[in-house]
Amino acid sequence: MSGAAISVRARAGGVLRDMLARPSGAIGLFLVTFHLALAILSPWVVPYDYKAMDATGTLAGPSAAHWLGTDHLGRDVLTRVMLGGREALLITGIATPVALVWGGLAGVWLGLRGGWPDEVAMRLVDAFLALPGILPLLVLITVFGTGGEVLLPTLAFFFGIPVIRVARAAAHEVVARDFISAARARGHRPLDIVRREILPNVTDTLLVEGAMRWSWMLLGFSALSFLGFGVSPPRPDWGLMVSDARVYMSLAPLGVIAPVVALSTLIIGINLTADALAKTLGLDRARKAVI
Amino acid sequence: MLGMIARRFALGLVTVWLVSVIIFLGVEALPGDACTAILERDAHGEALAACREAMGLDTPALARYAEWAAGVVQGEFGMSAGGQESIAQMVGYRVRNSLLLAAGALAVGIPLAITLGVVAGLARDRWPDLLFSTGAILAMTIPEFVAATVLILVFAIWLGWVPAIVLTPADAPPLEFFPEFILASTVLTMLMIAHVMRMIRASVIEAMASEYVQMATLKGVPYWRIVFRHALPNALLPAINVIALTVAWLLGGVVVVEVVFNYPGLGRLLVDAISERDLPVVQAVTMIVAATYVGVNLVADILSLALNPRLRSHRARQA
Repeated sequence: MSGAAISVRARAGGVLRDMLARPSGAIGLFLVTFHLALAILSPWVVPYDYKAMDATGTLAGPSAAHWLGTDHLGRDVLTRVMLGGREALLITGIATPVALVWGGLAGVWLGLRGGWPDEVAMRLVDAFLALPGILPLLVLITVFGTGGEVLLPTLAFFFGIPVIRVARAAAHEVVARDFISAARARGHRPLDIVRREILPNVTDTLLVEGAMRWSWMLLGFSALSFLGFGVSPPRPDWGLMVSDARVYMSLAPLGVIAPVVALSTLIIGINLTADALAKTLGLDRARKAVI
Repeated sequence: MLGMIARRFALGLVTVWLVSVIIFLGVEALPGDACTAILERDAHGEALAACREAMGLDTPALARYAEWAAGVVQGEFGMSAGGQESIAQMVGYRVRNSLLLAAGALAVGIPLAITLGVVAGLARDRWPDLLFSTGAILAMTIPEFVAATVLILVFAIWLGWVPAIVLTPADAPPLEFFPEFILASTVLTMLMIAHVMRMIRASVIEAMASEYVQMATLKGVPYWRIVFRHALPNALLPAINVIALTVAWLLGGVVVVEVVFNYPGLGRLLVDAISERDLPVVQAVTMIVAATYVGVNLVADILSLALNPRLRSHRARQA
């Protein structure tokens, strides 16, 4: 067992080194690390309290006191931008692995099991995917209300559904190979075959899928916040900040530009990382892209 | 081939039916119902019972599902929860407006995406490819509301070329939307082009690397003849399904864009309905979008079956 653990670590190191050697991977990993560090450290380094209002200086431009100016309530934009990704990163950071694990396991199981459970599950998957974009999220929010405790399971559930398809296809591809037949012939139990032969062969696909899901989940989360169904004020969130500052865009454009730049750099970073990861692992992402 | 079309059609119907069940069950799972929502604090005792009887909520869920589904099939979605407005009437103009927006994006976007995708695919890894591909990744990664807000900032506020938001009422004739819906349509076009272009680029690259193109090159067929006669017809066939997926995606993407631009379409109706917890309207809009999604994909499947004989072969049927 310890030998396997070391080889996994060695491989992870190799993949990381390989990704850093690509310009897209280096930029992507830098952006993602920067945002993660900012999310973790920001409460200790922000210049102001995110709720602190300054009635005398609303919608002010950049100054020595407020580098990015203030919003319509006189709150410091820099402070709010630095804190604005925390909730999104926390919720999607938990929901993405959950989605990946449940979707991945369900997909692999269905791919192996076949038969009527597979047929029924695929029809259900089709039905859920017939609601494009953030529509299914909106429907669930109507039913269960908003707030982190609703958003996290909702995101984890919905973003797991397309993963089922991907994992199922990946399992299908592996299951017909000779080494599975060999394992069966050796008399391994199905669970052992899944754990030792199939999972190691689909994890690459799932990793790349996970990185892409993460960026889509962030897009979905900030769109919900923007529409007013995500993070509730006065807590800072990029989507919500854009939505609030939009009205005063002609007076204080920085209030919109700052959260836009923050959100975009994070999402571009994740996508570049996913691209580099896919290329490093030998999976061509462009060929598999599903809208 | 007819058998295959029939099968796809049946699967589409099953999907739509499942969506209706999911939506109905979702609403059923809600604590409270339309009556507690309408009556709010007065929702107890006789008033509640009377309201439930009036709205038919005292009948079993299965009977209500049957009645609702029968109505939906006939295009009757019932009344909205808040007022006593007919949903079919509310939805009518908004469907048209959303379609108008999507049609505008498609009319510009599809030809442009195909052209860019083919150019990028033929110029693989040279500057036009790098330029278009990087642009596509940028367009794909930026959220709709960000793209929309930035466009408003630049073109409506700084340059003042176009109005920032749409003020036209929902039932105005289509031409009145014209100058105002340009920005909204542009956002959708940008996002859509990125997806379609990337797919077409990949499929052009694959076709140009194929053995039949190599063969034609070795025979001395002129380059442009290879491109237009041999490679492109094969490369563009899969685009039908991608375009269908994009159209379906437009229906979802349109929600945020409509809210940003205050455009009176289906998406804004949905967001308003959710804010007011108007469940019948949410149900209706969701059903319309799901049915359109399934319908568009079905048409794409049939089209590619008709245009691509290889999909009709015995082997393809087995797969």
